[in-house]
Amino acid sequence: MSKQIRQLDRVVIRFAGDSGDGMQLTGDRFTSETAQLGNDISTLPNFPAEIRAPAGTLPGVSSFQVHFADYDILTPGDAPNVLVAMNPAALKANLADLPRGADIIVNTDEFTKRNLSKVGYQASPLEDDTLAGYAVHPVALTSMTVGALADQDVSKKDAERAKNMFALGLLSWMYSRPYESTLRFLERKFARRPELVAANVAAFRAGWNFGETTEDFAVRYEVKPAKMPPGTYRNITGNAALSLGLVAAGVRSGLPVFLGAYPITPASDILHELSKHKKFGVLTMQAEDEIAAVGAALGASYGGALGITTTSGPGVALKSETISLAVALELPLLIVDVQRAGPSTGMPTKTEQADLNMALNGRHGEAPVAVIAPKSPADCFYAALEAARIALTYRTPVILLSDNYVANGSEPWLLPDVDSLPDLRVEFATTPNGEDGTTFLPYLRDPETLARPWAIPGTPGLEHRIGGLEKADKTGDISYDPANHDFMVRTRAARIETIPVPDVEVEDPDGDARVLVLGWGSTYGPIGAACRGLRQRGLSVAQAHLRHLAPMPANLGTVLRSYDRVVIPEMNLGQLAHVIRAKYLVDAIGYNQVRGLPFTAAELETMLEEVLKNV
Amino acid sequence: MSEPIALKLTAKDFKSDQEVRWCPGCGDYAILAAVQGFMPELNIPRERIVFISGIGCSSRFPYYMNTYGMHSIHGRAPAIATGLSATRPDLSVWVVTGDGDALSIGGNHLIHALRRNVNLKILLFNNRIYGLTKGQYSPTSEVGKITKSTPVGSADAPFNPLSLALGAEATFVARTIDSDRKHLQSVLRAAAEHEGSAFVEIYQNCNIFNDGAFEPLKEHGIRDDYLIRLEHGQPITFGKDGQFCVVHPPGGFGLEVRETAATRPEEIVVHDATVTDPAYAFALSRLPGLDLRNTPIGVFRAVERPSYENVVRAQLDAARAEVTETPEQQLAGLLSSGDTWTIL
Repeated sequence: MSKQIRQLDRVVIRFAGDSGDGMQLTGDRFTSETAQLGNDISTLPNFPAEIRAPAGTLPGVSSFQVHFADYDILTPGDAPNVLVAMNPAALKANLADLPRGADIIVNTDEFTKRNLSKVGYQASPLEDDTLAGYAVHPVALTSMTVGALADQDVSKKDAERAKNMFALGLLSWMYSRPYESTLRFLERKFARRPELVAANVAAFRAGWNFGETTEDFAVRYEVKPAKMPPGTYRNITGNAALSLGLVAAGVRSGLPVFLGAYPITPASDILHELSKHKKFGVLTMQAEDEIAAVGAALGASYGGALGITTTSGPGVALKSETISLAVALELPLLIVDVQRAGPSTGMPTKTEQADLNMALNGRHGEAPVAVIAPKSPADCFYAALEAARIALTYRTPVILLSDNYVANGSEPWLLPDVDSLPDLRVEFATTPNGEDGTTFLPYLRDPETLARPWAIPGTPGLEHRIGGLEKADKTGDISYDPANHDFMVRTRAARIETIPVPDVEVEDPDGDARVLVLGWGSTYGPIGAACRGLRQRGLSVAQAHLRHLAPMPANLGTVLRSYDRVVIPEMNLGQLAHVIRAKYLVDAIGYNQVRGLPFTAAELETMLEEVLKNV
Repeated sequence: MSEPIALKLTAKDFKSDQEVRWCPGCGDYAILAAVQGFMPELNIPRERIVFISGIGCSSRFPYYMNTYGMHSIHGRAPAIATGLSATRPDLSVWVVTGDGDALSIGGNHLIHALRRNVNLKILLFNNRIYGLTKGQYSPTSEVGKITKSTPVGSADAPFNPLSLALGAEATFVARTIDSDRKHLQSVLRAAAEHEGSAFVEIYQNCNIFNDGAFEPLKEHGIRDDYLIRLEHGQPITFGKDGQFCVVHPPGGFGLEVRETAATRPEEIVVHDATVTDPAYAFALSRLPGLDLRNTPIGVFRAVERPSYENVVRAQLDAARAEVTETPEQQLAGLLSSGDTWTIL
């Protein structure tokens, strides 16, 4: 029986289940298949902080959303067109996000009286009118998987666990995905247990064949490849891209990379990834605490390595004193903050942008550092290189503000030509720089960059002492001279303020916009999608996005003053808006939300439409 | 391998141009002079020696050494030195710290540097008081100590720094005294020769805030009855006339001091710093009483274990041994690893 094939331009699917159901893996595989097809993609994982919350409960629900299209997209999608719900908890936790008419595929085997009562369903939503208006596809996923594996050499438990591959097979059929990469993946994943390879492949095929034969799925869909620039692509998460950017910074600078890190969600994956790259000379150290992690990184920088520490907000707070020391020592240091919802432990697996104030100001004394933020998962690669460039060229700590949304989300990445990446080579000091030809002045600055010489231990003739005490200009000797301190404080400020950064670019295709939306970091996608939506409806709006938060682009003031209204959406209570108002005296409006989730394009579009009406 | 060239450095070569600013009479002067006097023996060029300190009176030390140096922040010197030493195993890295710096605010970094066996020579100047902040009790001050912050006496039980280091898996543990230059230098020598972390406690007199804290160990006529001078391979006897000795009583957990005359010679413990079980060195560290009687000095423990640097460098070398490509080629390969697709 051949089925009807319907063309779609975009689809949003959310896989949801219990933490133990393998939903992240299922979503990841579906994404990879979709990438192979050439669609544009954006993904959003959403999982609990608990490793195994009680099975079948609402706190235990883990989900993975993937948005794919035949054109370039900017977000993982506001609302799913399809929900795969592996149990009643997954259905209940996600139903509110579904527009009427959406497809819901439910694993009926899990809709037992006990599981229903765990989440407060008095009656099965499959049997009352809870799901009226949705296209519900009840599938006995678990029992069909077990049945399909009856003749396989696996336990009942292992057979049940393969139900996510049944679901993946079904969805892969529904959306006509090429599945070869998944079969290869299963062979790799279970290389040591061939019986599990066979079982999971069989489950996948059973799901595919079920779609093909059952009458419940009358239509099959296709989403054509997107028109994307030619080249080789891979799908990549922000944390992975950031890690590769750090490896690339080591290669392009010719310096050994040293990472000091303490495990913390959602930054630990960078430590995991970098620990695999020893053949690049990358040395990773899991330190005893956050303070030791940054201390060791600073010690490595002092010795001539690219010293890096990766963490999240609570970790940055602990590292603050050492970052100030790095400001005084004027050594390169890279601090990666993958932001999460705070304060304190907050919501460790949820996103937020509320560490901006801390990055800009969260140190004692006048301790300016450079701050930059990536705008998307793939952009994390380039942001890491840019952060390393500033740290190495200007001998300063740089804070790189990623967040959970870009860190764990993914998108296709057009692989760069390695030779096109910035040249980050540095010159260590090798000879005395004093006028007498024999004296070494560790704080004699390069007039252009205001950077001091990087004279690493082991260099004969340049023995010198540095420290946290205030230093005399040029000589670096301890100094309590009032005029010298005033001079040094201003010089450290000027060092950062005068770093040349690219001008901010404004996207205003109509050219007549009166409202500018200014964002920074991970809000780029939702803001861009909202602006696109408005423009498609004939409304003019301009978008500018900040990568450099300190120093800010030189043209920013002029840009801001060219619009009647400036709107700043942020996942905090207005931290960038506060800086913009203070620094440029522009009456910017904030739009703020701290729900642990990214903005939806729809809510930004609605908000901006209101602003446009009132200009 | 040819003999290393003698550098013919002198103590003067290790004096920086900075004016030394400790209080007149401070024990730190003697330690500085002893270290500067010892450094030429290392026969390591000055540029390959680094002193890293934290905060406190002792932590001014790097400014006075004509080597590379960093005066860092309170308690963090071992962490900073770890990053330096791990990436630069060609350097000789020394950490100078005090009882407050190493045992209070920096306690965590100290114990973890020791357990990792980072190739650091850690000199802990113990004066049992906070000097730079003008006289508060420290984590080695005795219970009941009257200070500015404990007007009716400290309620805190003190740390025994050597016991702590041994509990943290230290491979080299020693104690010496600021005023005994010859002994101090002999301990520095042993520490420098050790592969891995060397922990050296130096009893140091703060003549302003805790004067005479170690007086019985220094005073002629008394000190010989108080000090146990440990020497590897020698029976542990002490006292002016060797009248005391150390024994391991059967059935007991630790060591005890007895009168030599009343002890059979074969009962006297023969010092062996290479005993693998830290319980022996720990028992030695517990001998002194509150009055400083029975205080061992010298090398308590010196055992072999691969240094942190050696282990991590071996991992890096093993990974790089198979590499034949240029770093750029390697990077191109890494970037395009995993599932890729091409759009024409």
